[in-house]
Amino acid sequence: MKRSASVIGLTVNGVRHELAVEPRRLLVDCLRDDLGLTGTHIGCEHGVCGTCTVLVDGETVRSCLMLAVQADGASITTVEGLAPDGALHPLQQAFREAQGLQCGFCTPGMLLLAWELLRDNASPSEAEIRAAISANLCRCTGYQGIVEAVQLAAERHAVPAAAAR
Amino acid sequence: MATRTWIGKDVPRLEDPRLLTGRANYTDDVRLPGMAHAAVLRSPQAHARIVRIDTSRARALPGVFAVITGEDAKELSNPLPAFCAEPVVEYALAVDKVRYAGEAVAAVAAVDRYTAEDAAALIDVEYEALPVLTDPMEAMKPGAPKVHDNLPGNLVFEKTMSFGDVAGGFAAAHRVIRRRLRWHRASAQPLETAGAVCRFNPASGRMDVWSNTNMINYVGWLVAGTLKVAPSKLSINPMDVGGSFGSKHVLGKVIAIAAMLARRTGRAVKFMEDRVDNLTACENLACDRYYDVELAVAADGTFTGLRIKVVDDYGAYFQFGHGTHGNALAQATGPYRIPGFEYTVQCVLTNKCQQGVFRGAGSDANNFALERLVDAAAQELGLDRVEIRRRNFIQPDAFPFKMPAGNIYDSGDYPKVLDQALTMAGWNELRKMQAEARAQGRLVGIGLATAQQRSVYGPTEFWFWYDTPGLTSVPESVGLSLGPTGEFIVTMFSPFWGNSPETVVAQVLGEELGIDPATVTVTYEDSLHGLPSAGPGGSRMTVMLTGAVVGAARKLKEKMARIAAHLLEAAPEDIVFGAGGASVRGVPNKAVGYADLGLKAYWFKLDLPAGMESGLEARHTYDHPYLTPPSADRKDLGAFYPMMGHGAHIPVVEVNPETGQVRILRYVAVHDVGTIVNPRSLRGQIAGGIAQGIGMALYEQVLYDAGGQPLTASFMDYLLPTAQEVPRIEIGHVETPSPFTEYGVKGGGEGGRMIAPAALASAVEDALAPLGVTIDELPMTPERLATLVEAAVSHPAHIL
Repeated sequence: MKRSASVIGLTVNGVRHELAVEPRRLLVDCLRDDLGLTGTHIGCEHGVCGTCTVLVDGETVRSCLMLAVQADGASITTVEGLAPDGALHPLQQAFREAQGLQCGFCTPGMLLLAWELLRDNASPSEAEIRAAISANLCRCTGYQGIVEAVQLAAERHAVPAAAAR
Repeated sequence: MATRTWIGKDVPRLEDPRLLTGRANYTDDVRLPGMAHAAVLRSPQAHARIVRIDTSRARALPGVFAVITGEDAKELSNPLPAFCAEPVVEYALAVDKVRYAGEAVAAVAAVDRYTAEDAAALIDVEYEALPVLTDPMEAMKPGAPKVHDNLPGNLVFEKTMSFGDVAGGFAAAHRVIRRRLRWHRASAQPLETAGAVCRFNPASGRMDVWSNTNMINYVGWLVAGTLKVAPSKLSINPMDVGGSFGSKHVLGKVIAIAAMLARRTGRAVKFMEDRVDNLTACENLACDRYYDVELAVAADGTFTGLRIKVVDDYGAYFQFGHGTHGNALAQATGPYRIPGFEYTVQCVLTNKCQQGVFRGAGSDANNFALERLVDAAAQELGLDRVEIRRRNFIQPDAFPFKMPAGNIYDSGDYPKVLDQALTMAGWNELRKMQAEARAQGRLVGIGLATAQQRSVYGPTEFWFWYDTPGLTSVPESVGLSLGPTGEFIVTMFSPFWGNSPETVVAQVLGEELGIDPATVTVTYEDSLHGLPSAGPGGSRMTVMLTGAVVGAARKLKEKMARIAAHLLEAAPEDIVFGAGGASVRGVPNKAVGYADLGLKAYWFKLDLPAGMESGLEARHTYDHPYLTPPSADRKDLGAFYPMMGHGAHIPVVEVNPETGQVRILRYVAVHDVGTIVNPRSLRGQIAGGIAQGIGMALYEQVLYDAGGQPLTASFMDYLLPTAQEVPRIEIGHVETPSPFTEYGVKGGGEGGRMIAPAALASAVEDALAPLGVTIDELPMTPERLATLVEAAVSHPAHIL
C-alpha cells in the first residue's frame, strides 16, 4: 500500500527542521532516525517506562506515544539540548555526583523529568521528587541516587525556574 | 590495613559523561549505510505443528528485502549455543513446530521497521494445535505429550546429590521443619531490550556484529558455529549495554536473526526486540521452582541437616541447563553450620519461553527457601529469629570454611554484619514500636534475612552434574599501555554492561601507579582482537578486572622501571612510581615523567636499554583465583564460587489486612563484600538489587494462562517497582577482605536481589503473625495477602 508523507516543521534543541514523515511515524523514531538524535532511547514503546521522554513546548512527553505529525510546529528539547557543547549541565553534574544513573539508558528521560520538576518546583520535598520521577522506570539504581541527584540539583538551583518559558 | 589512595574512594564514574549527555553508543544507535530493519512474526500458539507458511504476500510488499522462516534457519544457521549436554535443540526461528507462544516463526528485513512489521503481518501460517503443557507436575508424568519429540520425556534432567551425613543429621534431630515453597518466575527486564546489527561480507566471509551480548569473547566461538562463520571471521563489537542483570549473556536468537537476514539481503540488518519480544521470547526469564524443604534441628536450635527437593519449570528449552542449580549449591547451606545436605533437582520442559539467567541465578531462590526454613524453625521451637541465627552462624575464626558440598567460603564475619544491621535498625525499639502498633490493631512486621552472596563463579557449576568433565577456565584480561605522550590506556575485552567497569579499572590502576583515575582512558576491543575474557556474570567483574589490571600494571611497571633506571642511572629495583612518573627511591629529584618515559619508549630507541623492544604495553589474563576440581564421585564439588559475600537485611512493613497492600516503612541492609573499591557504585548495586528484590517479593511475576498464553507481555502487566514503591534503603558495610583476590575484593552485584525477597517474606509473615499466616509463596500481591488474611480470619483454627 502507498502511504503519503506530510511535511512538518520541528524546532529541536533550537535548530529548525523541515521534513516529510508518514502520518504514523512516532516522534521518537523521527528524532532518532530522521534527525540522528539517538540520546532519546526507546524502552517499551507503550508509554509506561518513560525512557523516551522529551520536552515538547516545555512539557514532558513520551515520544513513543506521540506522532511526529502531532509535533508539527513544536519546540522540542532532547537530552542533547541540555548540554549542547558537551560540558555537563548542572543538572547532569548533580546526577553524576549523586550517582543518579548506572547503565544510563533511562537517564535522558529522567533528566528531562527532573528538569521539568525543578522548573515548576524549586525546592521539592523527597515525596514530591519520588512522585515526579515515578513517572519513569529505572531498573538499575533503586531510585535512591536519582532522588539524591534531584535534591542536590535543587540545592544548587541547577534549573532556573523560568528556563522553559 | 594499608593506606590506599584510590581504592575505597567515591571516584566519579568514568562512564558517566557520555551516558548523561546522550552520547553513549547502544546497539539501537548503530546506523550503517544501506542498513535494513528486521521484525519478527511470533507464534500465537503455545504448542503447534507448523503445517505451512506462505510468505508471498510479505515478499511482494514494496520495501521488503527478505523473509525467512525455520526452513531458512536450518540452511543459514546451526542450533543456538546451550550450556547443557542434553540434546535440546533450538533454532532462532522455529523449525517444524512451535513450543511456546511468542516463539519466532519468521523474520523480515525491510527498508524500515514499519515496513518490516507490515510485512510480518502479511505472513500466513497454518498451525496444527498440539496439547499444551503449562504445569510442570503434569508435564513430567510418563506419557505426557512431549515438548521435544527427540527426548524421552519432559523431565529433561533429574539428579540427587548428597553431601555429608544427611541421614545421621536427620536421625538425631529433635524436630524436622518442613515447608512447601514456591519461587515464581520473574524477568530481568533491563530497560534496553536485546538486539543486534549484523553485516556479512560474502567475499571475505566476515560477519560483523554489533550487539548488547555480554560474553563476546567467552561464547563468540560458539555463536560463530550458530552463524556458520569461522570464528576468525566473526567480529562481535562491544556496545554500551542498557542494563543486563544476567539477561544478555549470549543473545543467540537476536544475533542469529539479524545475521541470517544479513546473509540473505547482502545488507547490514538491525534487529532490536520490542518490549513484547523481550517479555515473551528473550533469555531473561528466571527460575521457576517448587520446593519441598526440610531442616533438621536439635532441641537447642542447632541445625543438623538439610534436604532440598526442587522441581524447576524451564519452559521450552534448556539454554543454561542446570547451571542455576549448580549456582545454588555453592551456598545451599547459607551462613550456617549444617553438617550435611541433600539436593534433588528435577528440570522439566513445558510450553513457555525458556529460562535464562537473572541476577541471583538460582541462589536467590535457595536463599529464600533456606531463610523461610530458619524463620519456621525459630517459630516452631519458640526461639528468637536473631538467636537461632547466632547459634548456627559459621564463626569468624572458621574461615576459609569448607561447606558440605566442597565449596569454600573465603572469609566473613556474620555476627558482626548482623550486629551492625540490628544496631542500624534499632531492633529493640522496633519491637516496641511493633507492639504499640499491634495494640492499635495495625499489622506491622519486622523482617530478618541473613544470607550469602557468592561471587566469581567457576565453570564447573555447569558440568559437575555429569560424570564427564567440562570447561575449567573463566579468565578476564586487560591490555595496558603508556602512550608516547604519557597517557595510560586500558583496554577491556568485556563490554560495559551497565555499571562501573571503567571506573574500577581506573581506580585500580590509580592505586598501582599513584596516578589520578580521572586521567586514565578505558577502551574496548572487539572479539577478533580479544584476549580471554568471560564477561560479566556471577558478580565477577570487579574481582576479575582488579586482578587483571594489577597483573598488567606490574608487568608495565617492570618495563618502565628498566627504562627509568637506564635514564636515571639507577637500579630498576630502586625505581618507584607516583602521580608524575618514576623516580629513584629516596631521591625524588632524580625523576622522569610518564610523558618522557612514553616518548622514549616509542620513539627514542637509542635511549632504551640494549635489546629492549620499543613501546610500552602489557597484557594480562587473570584466571579464577581459587578454583579446584570436583572429586570423581562428586561428593566434593571443589571450590567453585569461593568469594563469599554476606548480608543482613531488616525491612519493616505494614500490611493493610483489608486490601492486602504492603507498605515498606524502613529498609536496613548491611553487606560484606570484602574490600570496597567504589562505595558509591556499590551502594547503587545494593539499592538497585533490593529494588529488584522488592519487585520479586511484591509485584513481578511472569504468568501464562492454562493454554500457554503469556499474560504479562507488557509493562502494564509485568509490574516493575517505581520510585514510589522503593523506599530509601539504609545501607551499611562490613569489610572482611578475601584472602584469595587482589586487594581482598569480592563481588557485590547480586546480594540486594538475592536477600531482599527472603527478608520481605519474613517481614510480611511477622506482620501477619497475629493471624497465624505463613508466607510460602511470592509475590505477595494484594490479592494473595488479602486472601490469606481472609482465610485466617474465617478459619481461626489456623491461628497458632
